[in-house]
Amino acid sequence: MTSAAVNLHTFLDAFRFIGSNWSLLLDKAAQQLELAGAALGLAMVIVLPIGVVLGHLRRGSTLAIGASIAGRALPVLVLIAAFLTVFGIGFVNNMIALAVLASGPILTNSYEGVARVEASVVDAARASGMTGAGMLRRVELPLALPLLAAGVRVAAVTVIATAPIAAIAGGGGLGDIIVNQASYGIDGVLGASLCAMALSVFAFVLLKTLERAITPPGLRRLAVFEKGNRPREPVPSPRSEPR
Amino acid sequence: MIAAQAAASGPVIPNFGGGSKCVVENHAFCWGWVNAHWGDTLQPALVQHVELTGIAVGIGFAIAFSAALVAYRRRWLSGPIEGFSALLYTIPSLALFQILVPFTGITTTTVEVALVAYTLVMLFPNIVAGLNAVPAEALDVARAMGFTRRQTLLRVELPLALPAIVAGLRVAVVSTVSLATIAAFLLPKGLGYPIFLALKEPSPFRTEIYSAGALAVALALTADLLLVATRRVLAPWARRSPA
Repeated sequence: MTSAAVNLHTFLDAFRFIGSNWSLLLDKAAQQLELAGAALGLAMVIVLPIGVVLGHLRRGSTLAIGASIAGRALPVLVLIAAFLTVFGIGFVNNMIALAVLASGPILTNSYEGVARVEASVVDAARASGMTGAGMLRRVELPLALPLLAAGVRVAAVTVIATAPIAAIAGGGGLGDIIVNQASYGIDGVLGASLCAMALSVFAFVLLKTLERAITPPGLRRLAVFEKGNRPREPVPSPRSEPR
Repeated sequence: MIAAQAAASGPVIPNFGGGSKCVVENHAFCWGWVNAHWGDTLQPALVQHVELTGIAVGIGFAIAFSAALVAYRRRWLSGPIEGFSALLYTIPSLALFQILVPFTGITTTTVEVALVAYTLVMLFPNIVAGLNAVPAEALDVARAMGFTRRQTLLRVELPLALPAIVAGLRVAVVSTVSLATIAAFLLPKGLGYPIFLALKEPSPFRTEIYSAGALAVALALTADLLLVATRRVLAPWARRSPA
């Protein structure tokens, strides 16, 4: 048998596994999304306001940049293992580890998004009598929206794609099947891997579309985001979170 | 297929050698264990980790650089290449390793293919952006001096793009160090492996988790600092990193 035939055979078995175990896989996928959602929610509740306020004050850029570097340098396996020694096996340690992972892009982008609003726009808002809070709500946040949304999207995709690793510390999800060949066999491991891949890619495409939809089309042409001040895709810094 | 088997086939690394009171009672950190197992556990893992990362970033850079040179001449290509690499990056590493196994087996190749795929999203856009940001005046001067296209590339465009290229490399190296810890789910290699073993203990062995984790973070930060130093030497005019 040629190796190509072996490959095809293996993948056919994997698809057969998916076909006959779809309710188990759906269950595990839901578990994974639940964990990812909780982590993302936790990160957003804590970190988003900090980033926005720091950006508004235009202070603490070191913290915002440091967060993205730290987020990148901390391997998720290390985070999960370290939090496990503190919180024990289960949902909480994984949620916190993934929330730390999500905080990097959210903090960096919420800070950058608000702080990069052009000075002339801020001056104009002040000249028209706006105070801090009003300016933040009516000028800075709308202009920061594309970058903010990009940060949340990157964090969400990262967390969903990383969540399978949580299986090693009782986090459940599709990773449960991927790391347990003894129970599910090669076809199960491969089938669950294909599902995890599909889930992440689906989340990426969906969030990217959503992001485009909530960004007012006029915003892209605004002077605030021109030359050197563009809402760059956060490719270099925050996207590269470990999994 | 996964680490259970890999562990059985690989060298058996004793976790509890010595059995000092600190280790048996699993205290927060046992320096004695680190001293005793630096040579047989931590140092080999660190060396393997450097290898995994170095090979991945090296090959990834070669691919991204060639692709960027092509995309620099044919601009319409850069969008699709960037989109494709972003899509690759969304695939969970744990899943990608397993999906590659039918093709390349439980080998270092499998791990490297996945790690290389992940570096592209950080390297390619930065190299392209660096090349595209070369000022038109500089190109005009090169032309006026009679430089050929090749000379312009080597003496004008690449040196000016260097800071952006290094910025991409920094992100790629740091995240590859992070991602390489996940290789332990497939192979008994890298700094993830001691952590993986420590998690398999009835009560996760803290010293091993913390020491291997700290080494991974230290490795990432050291590599980052080295790249910053390299940029300072090669491009002293670029005081601030563009990304």
